[in-house]
Formats: sequence, C-alpha cells, structure tokens
Amino acid sequence: MQNRPTAAELLDAVKTFLNDSVKPELMDHTAFNMMVALKSLDIVQRELELGPEFADTERARLTDILGHDGKIGDLNAELNERLRAGTLCLDDPKVKAHLIETTKAKVQIDQPKYSGLRHAEEKTNT
Amino acid sequence: MKTSENMEALLSRAVQQHMPGASGISELRRLTGGASKETWSFHAIVNGKDEKLILRRGRGGDPDPVFTIDVSLATEALLMERASQAGVPVPEVKFVLNEIDRLGEGFVMSFVVGETIARKVLRDDKYAAARDMMAFQLGEILAKVATMDTSGIDELARVTPAEQVDRVRNIYQSFDEPFAVIELAFKWLDAHLPTGGKMAMAHGDFRHGNMIIGPDGVRAIIDWEIPHVGDPIEDLGWVCTNVWRFGVSDKPVGGFGTREDLFAGYEAGGGGTVDPGRVHFWEVFGCLNWGIICMMMTRRHLLGHTQSVELVTIGRRAMEGEIDLLNLIGA
Repeated sequence: MQNRPTAAELLDAVKTFLNDSVKPELMDHTAFNMMVALKSLDIVQRELELGPEFADTERARLTDILGHDGKIGDLNAELNERLRAGTLCLDDPKVKAHLIETTKAKVQIDQPKYSGLRHAEEKTNT
Repeated sequence: MKTSENMEALLSRAVQQHMPGASGISELRRLTGGASKETWSFHAIVNGKDEKLILRRGRGGDPDPVFTIDVSLATEALLMERASQAGVPVPEVKFVLNEIDRLGEGFVMSFVVGETIARKVLRDDKYAAARDMMAFQLGEILAKVATMDTSGIDELARVTPAEQVDRVRNIYQSFDEPFAVIELAFKWLDAHLPTGGKMAMAHGDFRHGNMIIGPDGVRAIIDWEIPHVGDPIEDLGWVCTNVWRFGVSDKPVGGFGTREDLFAGYEAGGGGTVDPGRVHFWEVFGCLNWGIICMMMTRRHLLGHTQSVELVTIGRRAMEGEIDLLNLIGA
C-alpha cells in the first residue's frame, strides 16, 4: 500500500495546478485541449471514487442473471453473447434493471450532467 | 506539412489562377474545429473589392483507416453546387484545388457570417426569433436536399436502411468490446426497419455544428462529407437525437424546435407527409450511431492514427447513446 499522498490527492493537486496555473497561459486550440484534458481528469477522479463499488454491484447482478460468478469482463462478454443470440432480452425484468443501473453508473462516472441521466432517473422513479 | 508562410504564397497564387480579377490574399488563419479536415479563413481582393473566403482542405497523409465513409473534397464541392441548385442554402463554391496548386485536396468557398456553436444559438437572446423558426426551416431545407440531383456522382453510396444498420454494426463488431445496450438496439432496429419510401439524397450529418445560423435563422448547411443516397428521413431523425439538443431535451429538434414544425416544414417544402414512426426509427438509429461514432473517435487515438486528448476523451461519451437508447426503447 502506498503512503500519502493518495492517488486521489495527487490527482486533485495536478488538476488544481493545470486549471489555475497552466490553463490561463494557453490560447486557441491548446486552451481547448486543456479544457478537454481537465474533463478527462474529472472522469478519472470520479472513476477512482465510484468505480469500485459500481463494479461490485454490477458483478453481483451479472452473477444473478447468468447463474454463475466470474471476472466482470468475462461476465459482460457472456451477457453480450446471450443478448446477441437472443437467449436473454429486455423483457426479462432482471436484465432490464441491470442495464438501467449499469448504464446510469457509467453516466455518473463519465458525464454526470448529461440530460439522458435525468430522464432515466425520472423514468425509474415513476 | 507546409509552413503557413509557404501556404499563404501558394494559396495566393491559386486564388489568382482560379478567380478572375483576384490580386492576392491576406489575413490567412487556421480556424479551430474539424478533426479530419482543415478549415482556413482569409481575405482576397477581387476586382478591388475585399472578399472573405474559406478554404477547406484535407490534412494530407494517409487516409484514416477507421473512417472510410468520407467522400472526396472535390465531391463535397460538387454536392454543394447541386445543393445550391436545389435551393438549399450553402456557401458558394469558388473553385476546387487542383494538382498544380500544390495545396492538396480541397476547395475555396464564400464565408457565411453566422454562428455554429450550439450553446450560443440555444442561449443568446439574439437568436430567440431564430430558435422559433428554425425547425420549420430545417424541414423545408431537408425536403429540398431530398430533391438534389445525384446523377454522375460515383462516390455517393446507395444505402438502404438495412444496409445502413449493417454498416454501423460492422464497425461496432470490429471493436470487439461488449456494449449490452448497443446489442439490444441492433435487435430493435432489425425488427423495426422501415419499408417502402423513396431513395434520395441524405446529408448524413445534419445537426448543430454543420448549420450556420444567424438571428434570421438558418443561413447555410455545411460539411457535406458523409452524404449518401438512402432514406431521406434519416436526416430528420439525426437532428432530433438527444445528444444534439445540448441539454434542452424538451425541444426535440436541436434543442430549439418541435417535431411538428419540422414535419410541417418538410411537407411545405414538397417532401410529402412525414411518418413519425419512421423518424423515430432514425432517432433510435441516431442514438446508437452516436455511441459508435464516439467509439470510432477514441479508436483513432488508441490505434495510433492521431494522438489526441480530444479524440480519446470522446470515447467516454459513448454511454450518452446508451442511456438515450434505454430511454427510447427500454420502456
């Protein structure tokens, strides 16, 4: 185990440095790319924070749907194969709930302000 | 890559070669935007009058193997001329570059004053009146696009709805990465393929960024780089896709207009009655297509074709398409 600073603390310091000290010095396309780079670091930060728990619950749902445990990547590949083959479909309430939860989790890490997430939450709550 | 200075000399010579009465250029500058093409603005003196112009040209080098659907810039210029003849507002093509110009592939067109940044169009007060009228205008414009003469343009693929779905499916499957919602969306599209209908010109990327907008509404449609002959209703679905509403989701057309106005404009423009179910099909396709486009962009970086923080980050927008698909077909 590493000592402090933690990965999250390092990331936070780098983000602050780039945002406060570097970004104001940049122009045009480089400034645009810095904005994108900072958004990218936001994604990494949210993934560090939220990713492990999301992955655990995703794997638990997959285990329930597929009837066996495994590595999350393998389970997802199997789910995909079965959806493609048509042996699992959206009419299955477990599959539907899993896809909604998994996709919402992805959006919460990648683009939490995306309008589609709001609509998905409105739908789930009604 | 040529230096900017050399480029200015070459472009000046090209302008004088192709435009009678032109005496030289000034204020050449590269505009931002455009991942696969370069866009430059400059001024030319033509018969003593200052004229602002745009150069659109390829980046040179090997074509990007992940993107194979772009038509050549010469064809893009030809399509803009055909669009103009059909009554579609487009910048006026001045000339197409040739080998003697030594500037690569590209063309020069008139500069159309206006805004292409969606957030400004959707928020600034000066576009309030434009926002109210643009859905109808876009409908009228798309009805005209569908009447464009496409004869003799070999590069223009003829793509049925089923072929369009398969084209995108092949790209997706080549990535070999599981996206459960995308799998289900393909199933849905296969089961709901539109039948009948005419084959006609489709712009292929009809959305914010590719329209130049003024306070008086839509002034020009640009970026004719991924057109095809297919179901012309595809363009109506794409402009309604949630990702192009920029957060104003209750206005399905680009975050500013209603489907009713879009369809009324299409009918008024001579396109005939619009089947909303057909538009819905292409909206679902559009959400899926957005996901695949994000995956393609990120692959361009990951496969080493173009090192870019912008391209690689777009990969994390693929789930926008997924959540929109669930909202559309998961109910």
